[in-house]
Amino acid sequence: MYPDDLKYSKEHEWVRMNGNIAEVGVTVFAQESLGDVVFVDLPEVGTDIEQFAKFGEIESVKAVSDLFSPVGGKIVEVNSEATDNPESVNTEPYGIGWLIKIELSDTAQLDGLMDAATYEATLD
Amino acid sequence: MVPFGGWDMPVQYSNGIISEVKAVRDSAGIFDVSHMGRLEFEGPGAESFLGSILSASMPAIKVGRGKYSFICNASGGIIDDSMVYKTGDEKFLLVINAGNADVDMEWINPLVEGREDFTMTITTNDTAMIAIQGPTAVEIVDKLTSNEASKIRRFRIGDASVSGIPATLARTGYTGEDGFEIVAAADRGVELWNALKDAGATEAGLGSRDVLRLEAGLPLHGNDLSEETNPFEAGFGRFASSIAPDSIAADALNEIAKTTPQRALVGFKMTGRGIPRTHLNILSNDVSATSDANSIGTVTSGTHSPIVDGGIGMGYVEQKYSAIGTQIVIDVRGRLVEAEIVEMPFYKRG
Repeated sequence: MYPDDLKYSKEHEWVRMNGNIAEVGVTVFAQESLGDVVFVDLPEVGTDIEQFAKFGEIESVKAVSDLFSPVGGKIVEVNSEATDNPESVNTEPYGIGWLIKIELSDTAQLDGLMDAATYEATLD
Repeated sequence: MVPFGGWDMPVQYSNGIISEVKAVRDSAGIFDVSHMGRLEFEGPGAESFLGSILSASMPAIKVGRGKYSFICNASGGIIDDSMVYKTGDEKFLLVINAGNADVDMEWINPLVEGREDFTMTITTNDTAMIAIQGPTAVEIVDKLTSNEASKIRRFRIGDASVSGIPATLARTGYTGEDGFEIVAAADRGVELWNALKDAGATEAGLGSRDVLRLEAGLPLHGNDLSEETNPFEAGFGRFASSIAPDSIAADALNEIAKTTPQRALVGFKMTGRGIPRTHLNILSNDVSATSDANSIGTVTSGTHSPIVDGGIGMGYVEQKYSAIGTQIVIDVRGRLVEAEIVEMPFYKRG
């Protein structure tokens, strides 16, 4: 449910580091709470984003939720699979349902995030 | 579970709203609608009393039939919408919205007071009401009623034993599909639910019910109808045009019927990317910036429709923008998204 190689935010987003590029998505908890995801709105590539700032919106049939970036930096890639087929966020939130990739401005930001066990403990 | 009108209601069961919507469109779904208010009226004065509070022409309703009707105030504002069924010569069942039950009773109780020519019994807590809706709904209920159910035609009501449970079956619903709304004793409710489920119906919650009714172009009181709106601007004037002359709302509604409403309830489909939601502003398509001054109306209901495969909604717009095909813009939290006014319903069963 919560892979060990990822870092997590209290807003239920995850980060997967690859060099200085952070891949970002929502957790299983988030997608289950939302229910069927039917719309994802993501920013343009090249946008600068602050850590924990709003970067987009995700909508299920019933509700709209803001997406908050667990890290700050420049957005270098946006997942068109998630915007074209929003259900991918439900089916593979850690895989094809990822949302954005960010070139990290400062790796120390990762210290403000949780590991899988700590994140899971916050869900009880 | 979520609180709704004083009841704890399931928004969805285990498989999610979209799969529940599909089950109802493809086969059959069951909804626990026990929260809806149920009032029984009986006696020689029942018919004329109902005629005085409803927009429907009561003498036109024959025994065994139901009719959609409004409860309007003296200005023609919609206190609630309802289904009224004639279940006997001097006997009626009125089904009202759970969320308005208190307001309705505040309105109805003083009018009933002192009347000795009929009785009113609130049966909401003594009975359960389960809706079964979808293309296989009638077939399922037929199996459980020794084929009695299908003898009840659309918009009619009758009694039958469903899997051994004495019940009243109304062939009506709120999904755009064929099916029944079944009323039985409250202590047999779980048994009735399980019998329908075991016979092949999928459990469905409030979330899917809202999508289904919106796809079917059916209004929701509190969203699309209110005391600030009247049946004519909502596009349902035909349910108020034969109102009894002595009805509380008759003078106001007859007057409203003569004029062209300033605004109209319309259905629209998003042509750009976005999902309309209640309270969002509707703008004309010749504006380039969001501003309340540019508003031509307000979204009253909106969702993602699996059938349309996109955002759909209802809202009130100024009359001159209400024609089918008019291009409009929805202000989605600051993002301007294009939409088009389309004919309702968004979905019609085949």
